Amino acid sequence: MTHTATITLTVNGQRLTRTAGAHLTLLRWLRDLAGVTDPKYGCGEGVCGACAVLLDGEPVSACLVLAAQVDGAEVTTAAGLSGPGGIPGPLQEAFHACHAAQCGFCTPGMLVTAAALLADGRIRSRAEIRAGLHGNLCRCTGYGPIVDAVEAAQEARQARPDPRDHLGRAPAGHDAPRPRPAAGPERGR
Amino acid sequence: MTSAAPGAPGRPGGIRTSKLDELRVVHQALPRHDQAEKIAGTTRYAGDLAFAHMLHARLVRSPVPSARVTRRDSTAAAAVPGVVCVLFGEDVPHNTIWVDVPGQTVEVAALKASMEVLATDRVRFHGEPVALVVAESEEALTAACELVEVEYEELPGVFDPDEALADGAPAVHERGNLIGEWRIDRGDADAAFAAADVIVEGSYRTQFVDHAYLEPEAGVGWMDDEGVLNLRVATQVVEHYRDVARILGVPESRVRVIAPYVGGGFGGKEDMTVEPYLALAVLRTGRPVRMQWTRQESLLARPKRHPMRLRYRTAARRDGTILAHSIDITADSGAYAYLSALVLLYSSVHACGPYRVDNVRLRARCAYTNNPPTSAFRGFGGMQVVFGYEAQMDQVAARLGLSPAEIRKKNALARGDTLPVGQVIETEVLLKDCIDAVLDRAGAKPAPSGPRKAVGRGMAANIQSYGRLVWLNDSAAAWVGLQLDGSLTVRCGVPDIGGGQASSLAQIASEVLGVPMDRVTVHFGDSALTPLAGTTTATRQLLMSGNAVYEASVQLRDAVLGAVARETGQPAGGLAMRADGAGGTVIAGPGLRLTLPEAVLICRRRNVPAEALGTFFGPKGQPVARDLRADRVFPDFTFGAHLCDLEVDIDTGHVQVVRYIAAHDVGRAINPCRSPGRSAAPRCRGSGWRSWRRSWSRTGSTWPRGSSST
Repeated sequence: MTHTATITLTVNGQRLTRTAGAHLTLLRWLRDLAGVTDPKYGCGEGVCGACAVLLDGEPVSACLVLAAQVDGAEVTTAAGLSGPGGIPGPLQEAFHACHAAQCGFCTPGMLVTAAALLADGRIRSRAEIRAGLHGNLCRCTGYGPIVDAVEAAQEARQARPDPRDHLGRAPAGHDAPRPRPAAGPERGR
Repeated sequence: MTSAAPGAPGRPGGIRTSKLDELRVVHQALPRHDQAEKIAGTTRYAGDLAFAHMLHARLVRSPVPSARVTRRDSTAAAAVPGVVCVLFGEDVPHNTIWVDVPGQTVEVAALKASMEVLATDRVRFHGEPVALVVAESEEALTAACELVEVEYEELPGVFDPDEALADGAPAVHERGNLIGEWRIDRGDADAAFAAADVIVEGSYRTQFVDHAYLEPEAGVGWMDDEGVLNLRVATQVVEHYRDVARILGVPESRVRVIAPYVGGGFGGKEDMTVEPYLALAVLRTGRPVRMQWTRQESLLARPKRHPMRLRYRTAARRDGTILAHSIDITADSGAYAYLSALVLLYSSVHACGPYRVDNVRLRARCAYTNNPPTSAFRGFGGMQVVFGYEAQMDQVAARLGLSPAEIRKKNALARGDTLPVGQVIETEVLLKDCIDAVLDRAGAKPAPSGPRKAVGRGMAANIQSYGRLVWLNDSAAAWVGLQLDGSLTVRCGVPDIGGGQASSLAQIASEVLGVPMDRVTVHFGDSALTPLAGTTTATRQLLMSGNAVYEASVQLRDAVLGAVARETGQPAGGLAMRADGAGGTVIAGPGLRLTLPEAVLICRRRNVPAEALGTFFGPKGQPVARDLRADRVFPDFTFGAHLCDLEVDIDTGHVQVVRYIAAHDVGRAINPCRSPGRSAAPRCRGSGWRSWRRSWSRTGSTWPRGSSST
């Protein structure tokens, strides 16, 4: 019925190879083939940000990218922001401290977008943080606690530099990403 | 099993209070129980669970708002490779969804409403389900849904509730377009209008609104080894297992609904969504089935907030005293009744706002149209009328030269006042405090940021009921049990839709039993394995399941302390059960210190169950008739005030919110860190409702047209 494609992606440090229809979006590839369910289906048209993942360090809406387009790429989801054994990464710790999750459905996408936003180490104003998260919708929190968390994360990093990078990885990580230009405030579409 | 004492006056439903300084866990800002998993990304929502060899299901929906169905043929669709079955209405054992207050024992005539599970010969809105396709893959579904042949003979439709109620309007249903009507006639409105110094009139319209939670409707179903149909779905109401059983024609005990953490509800997951279709697909195929609605389906076909037309006439005295309201409300129920009659009842009871008004004449009607159905949405009819009564208050204030705050405080309800429906306000009304709080916080109105900008300030106050209508015999149950190691298990059927419902129960149990929060596990939202706690709707869960957990925890504590007292010969009154500060729990008395595991062993030896079931019953009252008159309609009410400064660009019309401040009487927050979020979000939703585009045109089509809102 459809053409198939064999795709290999490194998802949260784990190499996965799956063969399936070449038409599959990255979101369906992750959720239905790889069992990686923290990126959520929210709208399917790149509006809500619930499916945001980092593709080689850059945030994208996984519902708008075909898996076949990104064969060989490194994908980081919210679960990939945790350290070994599921220890929360610095950004996740800040979300926890600021009570930034209510229903939690937007949280994985919000986290990876925030991680990309903080990647360059520059301190951003609340307005800049809000602008940087504008592609991620939340219907529970009113956004305040989420902006608080991102602000807290960047302040914590400045006060106490964390050897881990914005993805929560130790510097000697064997699967360090290829260098990419820092993500701008706009979420990749 | 015990029952709580019925509510003493001023304390609806027997809500317990303790002195604030005695509380160690409740009223503390604690990380929520469910937060770590949500932030780690490991929480498995309804659409995240998959089974091996699972099938997929999708609905074929009507593309027209009003039509006779003249032909249905599944031959071509069924021939698509991978398609397992295509079902029409005739394949449904009992092809009717009844809406009569799920989980309750009393049928409310005005609410009795039904619709077909799959439409057979008539469709009434764009998006109505007509066929159910089940297949091995999403791809097969996509191909097959295109090939289900349905022929429609379009019929005239009606898309405005006032037009629907006019003579000669196309009949959406055979028995006429009027679904429900409520009236209030209190005092002498005619005399009050005759004696008034000022009379203001206003007509207000509100539009359809979608809940737009981030998680679209989804679920997975399977048949278990006991022959029980399991549905793990995104829902606010696990008690829908009864409705599913009725549709399938099986005993209620053969259907189980599990609500995992839900990605937002706001009333939109109060009615059934995927449940009956998943159930049919599992029953027909015997295999696990998943159904996920697309966002487009969710917007197209799931019930919305009622658009209302509110006509107010208000009489006031020169000093600002509101003398009378004459109110006429028409609500658009869309194609099927769902909970419309009750939503409208809420609107009627709340229609005069948080103000004392002695003379009221109200008529409220809701009508069928060929628009998408409307049903529960946060506030449940209480929100639309805020637009009406607050605009009237502002108009009266402007006519009399009073400030918005003055007129609101002058007319504010107080404890002991009687609402137009007849219910006496028995608890404290902190409305004036809320108004003062937002004014204090706001300070002076900001100056415009440029010469072609203008700044305006508005304020509004509201009254909102909490708890279910008192004649619905509401109840909630919860079970608590101590493990041998002193950790605690709580079982309660509450669906957790993101408001921290389960986490609050852990705090209450932890408070009473002294078991640290990290040693309390809450099992929730399972119609078979957790005691039923009712719907997560109507701002009732903390009142109901919170008190049920409290009841059960007190019973358990007393049982453990009683056993220890008998074992040690100490009076039980001298014993306390509390956290030991080192991660455990201690039973302490004069010269006595036992660990909780030791105490549990004593219970075992003495045949004392280290577990308890508590059931909490809501306040009771008599059902109302069409002419609303009741001593009690709701358990209680709460109040709030909002203030907004916004700037308008005089040339472009661009509106910018400069400042938005809200104050609500939330009582004693179980977890104060959660409350700001719980009020900030509705605030955003309110702004969106006001300023975003309406989504429904007059033709029954459901996509944004760009016409301006109200």
